[in-house]
Amino acid sequence: MEGNTVHVVDLRRTFKVPVREGGLRASLRSLFRRQHRQVVAVEGATFDLPAGEIVGFLGPNGAGKTTTLKMLSGLLHPDSGVVDVLGHQPFRREPAFLRRIALVAGNRTSFAWDLPALDTFLLLKALYGIPTGEFERRRDSYIELLELGEIVSKPVRNLSLGERMKVELAGSLLHAPEVLFLDEPTLGLDLTMQKRLRAFVRTYNREYGATVLLTSHYMADVVALCERVLVIHRGRIHYDGGLAGLTTRFATHKTITITGEGFPADLSPYGEVTERLPDRVSLRVPPDQIGPVAARLLADLRVDDLNIEDPPIEDVIEQVFAEAGALPP
Amino acid sequence: MINLARYYLAEARNGLIHEFQYRVTAAIGLLGFLVEPVVYLAVWRTIATAQGGTVGGYSANDFTAYYIVWSLVRAMNLALTPYSWEWRIRGGRLNDLLIRPVHPFHRDFAFFAGQKPVWIAIWIPFAVVLWITFRPAVDLGLGRSLVFFVTIWAAFAIRHMWLFVLGALNFWTTRTSAVFELNVALELMLSGRLVPLSLMPAWVQDVAAWLPFRWTFQYPIETMIGRLGWSQIGLGLVTQVGWIILLTLVIQLIWGRAIRRYTAVGG
Repeated sequence: MEGNTVHVVDLRRTFKVPVREGGLRASLRSLFRRQHRQVVAVEGATFDLPAGEIVGFLGPNGAGKTTTLKMLSGLLHPDSGVVDVLGHQPFRREPAFLRRIALVAGNRTSFAWDLPALDTFLLLKALYGIPTGEFERRRDSYIELLELGEIVSKPVRNLSLGERMKVELAGSLLHAPEVLFLDEPTLGLDLTMQKRLRAFVRTYNREYGATVLLTSHYMADVVALCERVLVIHRGRIHYDGGLAGLTTRFATHKTITITGEGFPADLSPYGEVTERLPDRVSLRVPPDQIGPVAARLLADLRVDDLNIEDPPIEDVIEQVFAEAGALPP
Repeated sequence: MINLARYYLAEARNGLIHEFQYRVTAAIGLLGFLVEPVVYLAVWRTIATAQGGTVGGYSANDFTAYYIVWSLVRAMNLALTPYSWEWRIRGGRLNDLLIRPVHPFHRDFAFFAGQKPVWIAIWIPFAVVLWITFRPAVDLGLGRSLVFFVTIWAAFAIRHMWLFVLGALNFWTTRTSAVFELNVALELMLSGRLVPLSLMPAWVQDVAAWLPFRWTFQYPIETMIGRLGWSQIGLGLVTQVGWIILLTLVIQLIWGRAIRRYTAVGG
């Protein structure tokens, strides 16, 4: 735990879910005999987050990301395991703990729907006891960084999804939380808005030294913000390490692109041809054969230029999920 | 440490602004509430007159005073219903409140309290028209008015807490609408909302004495219209305080258990 803001050991959470088959008969039967199924959402998750780090939390839908985030933020009570955030057990929901964290979920707003965001900002000022000078400094800074301008003066219901997310993020950070849980904050936003939110999170992290745990299905979020990622699938952590290491460990191939003239028709001895143009060819090559294949290409052919690329991170993640999915549940 | 008083003021301010934002909706909502006592008033005045002047100790004028104050008490003790709790829990909206460092109880109490001034402002012209039309003989002394002020806020607190407890049942059943429907029926009968309790059979009055409904409705009304002596008023205040203490304990007892069951679905 020493030096870590978040300390999680063997965290588990299951949900009891009612189940029944479709149709009237099944419906009548369930009147007298309810059936339930235990769904394991998080199973033995263990990880630490040091202060000031931005960590990406990746996994397919239903992998256990949001459930973990909810346990870390005190919304959910874990079944077992150790969970420690800023020296607190989140499920106790002590005000001293809740004052130091924030949870922002994409596509949702906690702001008063019918009032301008400025009114909710004032409410948050009173709620968190933010001194007036500090409140005004942060509010004005966030308004400038997120280009909120006149947006904060309109009723929240009149804002676009992107605008709502921006005011949500600004409001969630007014009390300068030390730990920020971001659950798909860029969900449904256009590229410009995504970039602005990423830049804002990065600036906030640098200025306040906040620890950030980010879930997102947009790999651009993760690549732009996170050096480290946790990959969870079926409630289990399958990878905890650097983003670059993820590619090294899980990439099934790399791409060699050669530029030149007079390449033979059959290049299959070097690798799988994925693209062929008159003067350029791309080949899929297993990572452990990159060196020898590149050497042979340079020796055998008239190559003007040779480029080796990792596969797109989306492909790597897909591979991780595929491997994790192949494991017994 | 949160300055709770400052938070209450801020939340109440938002409640007030919210009502200003939807002043027409608030007015129509209150008019809906006002139709109910006007119907009761018309019926019971007619019956009282037909029966030679009084029914169950109430004259036609007493009924007028009763239902004018009724309408104010009704507006004052509006609180968050279990329907809203159900919507919050099923839709995951409770997450937004649980992530904040203050108990959701305070948020709702302050927000609804903040809306009261708007409701009172809309109620005043209605009450003036009824008062001028029927001219009920009621002594609106300063002492009674002050006590009434205390009793309606205590009534709001009791009703808010009672509905909070019913709302918390959603953590176990996720559907408390049926329970709330039953609660509405009981409240109609046992609070003095449908008719003053003195018109009810003795056993109903006995039951009502042991339930919170009467102390949220008929008691403040009777305090205002002068049907209670000072000793009865004092006993009533003690009873209201007793209910507030009891419900505070119940909320403390169930909240920790309720929140453990929360599955935070939907967001």
